[in-house]
Amino acid sequence: MRFLLLFSRQGKLRLQKWFTPIPEREKKKITRDMTTMVLARKPRSCNFLHWKDLKIVYKRYASLYFCCGLDAEENELLALEMLHRYVELLDKYFGNVCELDIIFNFEKAYFILDEFLLGGEVQETSKLVVARSVEASDMLQEKQRLMEIILLFPLFFSCYHGGIHEQACILTLGEMDLHTPEGIWTITDLEVLLLYRTMEL
Amino acid sequence: MSDVVEKTLSALPSLLSLDSQAGAGKLSPSSKLGNLIKGITELTSKHEEEKLIKKELESIKEQVASPNTTMRQMKEIMVRAIYCEMLGYQASFSYIHAIKLAQQGSVLEKRVGYLAVSLFLNETDEFLLLLVNTVLKDLQSTNLIEVCMALTVVSQMFPKDMIPAILPVVEEKLTHPKEIIRRKAVLALYKFYLIAPNQVQHIHSKFRKALCDKDPGVMTASLHIYLQLIKENPESYKDLTGSMVTILRQVVGGKLPLDFNYHSVPAPWLQIQLLRILAYLGKEDQGTSEMMYDVLEESLRRAEMNHNITYAILFECVKTIYTVHPKSQLLEKAAECIGNFVLSPKINLKYLGLKALTYVVQQDANLALPHQMTIIECLDHSDVIIKRETLELLFRITNAQNVTVIVEKMLEFLRLTCDDYSTIDLVGKVAELAEKYAPDNVWFIQTMNSVFSLGGDVMQPDIPNNFLRLLAEGVDNVEDRQLRLFAVDSYVSLLQGVTAKLPQRFLQVISWVLGEYSYLREEESDPGSVMRLLARLLDQRHTSTETRSWVLGAMTKLCSSPVSVALARDVCERYSGSLNTVLRQKAQELMILSQDTKLRARVLPAEGRLESLEVDSSLSFLDGYVSEALAAGAAPYKSPHQRQEDLVQEKALSLEPYGLSLPVSLSSCSITDRLTDRRSPTLLSMSSGLSGNSTELSHQEGSTTLKLEGVKRVWGKDGYLAQQQSAGETPTPLVELPNPLLSPQSPPSQTQKPSSGLEPDQEKRQLASSLFVGLGSHNSVCLMGRAETAPRHFRRKPRGESSSGASEGSSNSSHSSRSAAVDNLLLSNLLDSTTVASEGGAATTTTPQQTSQRTLDHTTSNGNPHVEGTEQRVEAGGPLSLIRGNGMVAVVPPTHTQTDPQTQQDLHPAPALERPRDLPLASHLPAELSGLARSEFTPLCSDQDSSLALSACRVYKEDALVLLVFISNNNDSALHQMVLQLTCKELEISCISGSPLKEVKGHSVSVCLHTVVMKRASVQVELAGLLSYQRPLGQPQAAQFSLSLSLKHFLRPLTVSTGDYGKMWLSFSHDLKQNLRLVTTEHQEPLTATLDALKGKLHLHVVDIIGSEGIVACRLLQGPGQWIWSVVAGCGQWRLVVVSGGWL
Repeated sequence: MRFLLLFSRQGKLRLQKWFTPIPEREKKKITRDMTTMVLARKPRSCNFLHWKDLKIVYKRYASLYFCCGLDAEENELLALEMLHRYVELLDKYFGNVCELDIIFNFEKAYFILDEFLLGGEVQETSKLVVARSVEASDMLQEKQRLMEIILLFPLFFSCYHGGIHEQACILTLGEMDLHTPEGIWTITDLEVLLLYRTMEL
Repeated sequence: MSDVVEKTLSALPSLLSLDSQAGAGKLSPSSKLGNLIKGITELTSKHEEEKLIKKELESIKEQVASPNTTMRQMKEIMVRAIYCEMLGYQASFSYIHAIKLAQQGSVLEKRVGYLAVSLFLNETDEFLLLLVNTVLKDLQSTNLIEVCMALTVVSQMFPKDMIPAILPVVEEKLTHPKEIIRRKAVLALYKFYLIAPNQVQHIHSKFRKALCDKDPGVMTASLHIYLQLIKENPESYKDLTGSMVTILRQVVGGKLPLDFNYHSVPAPWLQIQLLRILAYLGKEDQGTSEMMYDVLEESLRRAEMNHNITYAILFECVKTIYTVHPKSQLLEKAAECIGNFVLSPKINLKYLGLKALTYVVQQDANLALPHQMTIIECLDHSDVIIKRETLELLFRITNAQNVTVIVEKMLEFLRLTCDDYSTIDLVGKVAELAEKYAPDNVWFIQTMNSVFSLGGDVMQPDIPNNFLRLLAEGVDNVEDRQLRLFAVDSYVSLLQGVTAKLPQRFLQVISWVLGEYSYLREEESDPGSVMRLLARLLDQRHTSTETRSWVLGAMTKLCSSPVSVALARDVCERYSGSLNTVLRQKAQELMILSQDTKLRARVLPAEGRLESLEVDSSLSFLDGYVSEALAAGAAPYKSPHQRQEDLVQEKALSLEPYGLSLPVSLSSCSITDRLTDRRSPTLLSMSSGLSGNSTELSHQEGSTTLKLEGVKRVWGKDGYLAQQQSAGETPTPLVELPNPLLSPQSPPSQTQKPSSGLEPDQEKRQLASSLFVGLGSHNSVCLMGRAETAPRHFRRKPRGESSSGASEGSSNSSHSSRSAAVDNLLLSNLLDSTTVASEGGAATTTTPQQTSQRTLDHTTSNGNPHVEGTEQRVEAGGPLSLIRGNGMVAVVPPTHTQTDPQTQQDLHPAPALERPRDLPLASHLPAELSGLARSEFTPLCSDQDSSLALSACRVYKEDALVLLVFISNNNDSALHQMVLQLTCKELEISCISGSPLKEVKGHSVSVCLHTVVMKRASVQVELAGLLSYQRPLGQPQAAQFSLSLSLKHFLRPLTVSTGDYGKMWLSFSHDLKQNLRLVTTEHQEPLTATLDALKGKLHLHVVDIIGSEGIVACRLLQGPGQWIWSVVAGCGQWRLVVVSGGWL
């Protein structure tokens, strides 16, 4: 994949990621062309376009357009699903994601993207379990720092609770809430520590 | 208790803000970023936004510069800077601070720092060098998060030159206990491979380990590398096929952890990656393909669920099945699968269906037949993208019968589209189709007119060039005249209308054609009319300066009648004062030539302007000037390569890529980066792999003749060809049609179609029958040989001898393809060398059979019936070859002007003298030469009563070429006062048979021995000989003969070691590259076969075979020159690089 752009219905750029080195001017031109091309598309037309020798795959989610540029040999449908996967991840992270979430927390959207795609290739298709690798020892010293770490990688936490592998355990920002299939659990600092230790097992 | 109250109170503000704004709730309300964003969304005009951002940037600048800013604040500032950049405002002052943040911040801040770096900087940015140390430190950190972050940023961007600095640490991470680290390390190495492949060559074994990693994530990551490696060089990775098949089988069988499922499809990304790899591995390789049939079938079967992701897998699967060696059963299933796509109501799937069809019809055009109606519907689809894709499909199935309809559809689309890129593309395709399949002159000219007016000034410049060449190339027979006349007529009428809307390119074409061929219509109109039209065009405001100079050029050719001359004078007066120098010059030319008719007739002869243009491409007329300059102390000319080499040497980076440590010597990385591609053949193979890909593509898009050779014809109308052959033996092929749907000509069959449950209306059916005509199975013959059905006139003529030699070599003489290929190899590569090319053609290296074939071909295509009779052919050969050999209209390389006469002479005596004479002559070979390699005996000439016959033979001595001339006296009377003279200005000939021969007795044979040395290297030299003799009681008589010697006779193997070769590679100054097809035989690898053939035919010494590269060397007898060649394998393409020292 060459690039990924997120822009609003008004053509305002919300997120841009370039996977190959492109000069600044070219980036601006591509962004401009993409917004005009994609926004001009009628509803119910197909999600694929051509731009020069690139294939463009785009999809609209609510008021936000996700648009990526592919090389000639890449699979369009797969790219479409990749976009969808990314939206799913954002959705899990923000909890019913909306455009505003991405506007105000774009750096987090970037973090998620970096864990999902690396250098334009899908890095991990399984549930992302990055945080298991967090080294505990030096973190436990500072409660605040630990909190931050958990908030930093909330998406990638999987919670081993009572020995059962729970799906989609996500900590939201700002609050100490743990989303599990059973509902939202508010956990104390101690529990966070416990949780952390369990994960290290 | 108080604790709880406190907590609640502290939570209140955020709760409140949550209410007021949902999205911003997760942000602290006092956040500066929040304020900024809110501020911007409230603004209405772009101008206000600019002002606000400017202010913001200034405050950011101030803050980052302040020493009191903590890293924590810095993190927040960086986020704001990222935001400003995203809006399109430069915040370059913050880049350095982003790096600082990544360097000094705690984990969280570091992360933002790295993010900012990856968003702000480009791979080439010098700032990145500052990051290297930070990355290195983080890679070695005990904190896994830091390692992760460092690896992430490395896989996104890293300066190429600094890779060696961190490579060992990254490599180390491949064995890290945590899989996430291993995975990221593999991806980082993948990135390194992409930007500098030779730097990671030595760790290929570790990639294999990663492939076998117990974690599926790491294994998936390693597949990225393998896809790339296998794409570039499938041959070296065939052994992986088994593993890939096993992995795919496990994935498809659901053996992976459920974590990897995506919408209950097991690891789709992994599956598709594997399918792609299998496609590369199995391409044109039956053995490998057979290993994967089962798993491919299973993938097809398993991907049943109706979800986008399964369709993505299916699409890839179909592509793989059609890429690997075919298996009819699988093909059927895949074709069925395409049906599912095409017939799907979902527009995305329809699009992919069309794409898949476009891909498969290149193998078998009949696959489009079952979907005729869908295709027609898509042609009128409201979505332009679908339309465009349909046209692409139609382009692939065009033949002589449906070309008019398809071109009409394409032009229709072109009139509506406003996208430059697709206009360029489509216009090129229309032009190609028109040239290839045009049914008649009128249509052709009209279509090209539309092409020019629609393509405008954006189209590829070779379209008008090809068109003009096509017009100019034809011989002056009736058909060509008609074509030209029609073009002239149509342009005149165009010029009479409104010209303002015509693109400049078109106007240029018009003026050239009018200038060149207006004389054809002169009789029916007054002479000044065209001139007046051109003058009017000249005066129009919208006409560009370039076009004006074309128009003036045309006028210069036209000003023959008094009316025109007056008009020309008028024009000249106006333009001789023009500020544009080109215009002024043209006007001056026009002025002078219009007044001096004699001069004009000499400069611009009315007929045959193209034939006799000679260009001295060696620029020998400048020799005097050069030597003067040299004498005056000027530096001698250096070729660009030499200059570059000197430059490299100045930098003291002269490590030789061909040292002893081959083939891994290229691991010394930072050096090879700066080397030009010529210096390292291995590097070159990478680049040629890339270009090979594109040429492969263009092969597919190219003319049919090309396509037929390039694509192995394994699919026929009934699937696999092996079956078809047996089916073809049944006498009534029309009756045995298995499926009535396949015959588009019979209308009833269309109503039986499953897709047409609702009656397709008459119009569409008509369109269908016109579009798909020629695709029925009984027409498959014309499908295979489309070029044959197309009118010959419009066939794109070969650009030069080299291309025609290459293409015909393989198509015409299949049984001698091996030798022909070698000849072509020599031929085509030598032709491109400018110095050599100017000295003569090289067509004699083609087999006589080919040549005669070509001559036949050509004479018939010109409508001249005389085919038999060598005498006639010799005559016809001259002028014909002039026309045929010319590559372009304007600049005619003189390369091939002598070509044909020579070949003819070679060919000519052959039937006159019988072969068996060889044997008796052999006994006359001098004893010291009899053991050496020699050529066959070539008859030179003979008397009418064959009383005297001359033959020649070349003996290839190690240090010389010996030419033997046998004089056979078949008469009773002896010959006296014999003098044999051999002359050739390129050769030095010395007689070595001691005292010159004086007489030959009756019924005996005498031999004259000469050693021959080339004074200057040339591909082909002609040796003229004169034998004067006297019979008793007779007048002095003379026999003239000529003999051509080719460069290959003077080549000898140069025995060098690989190391010496490497040195020579560097020291030699000239090189040229040539793509070629390798000789393929059944028993050998193509490379080995080619090298063997080279060795046998051209006396080359095979130095070494390194991987996919073979290097050979030879030297020229007694000359200063040595010559080394290397044959380099790329992706599907082979490239010959010839490097020479001294003289080439």
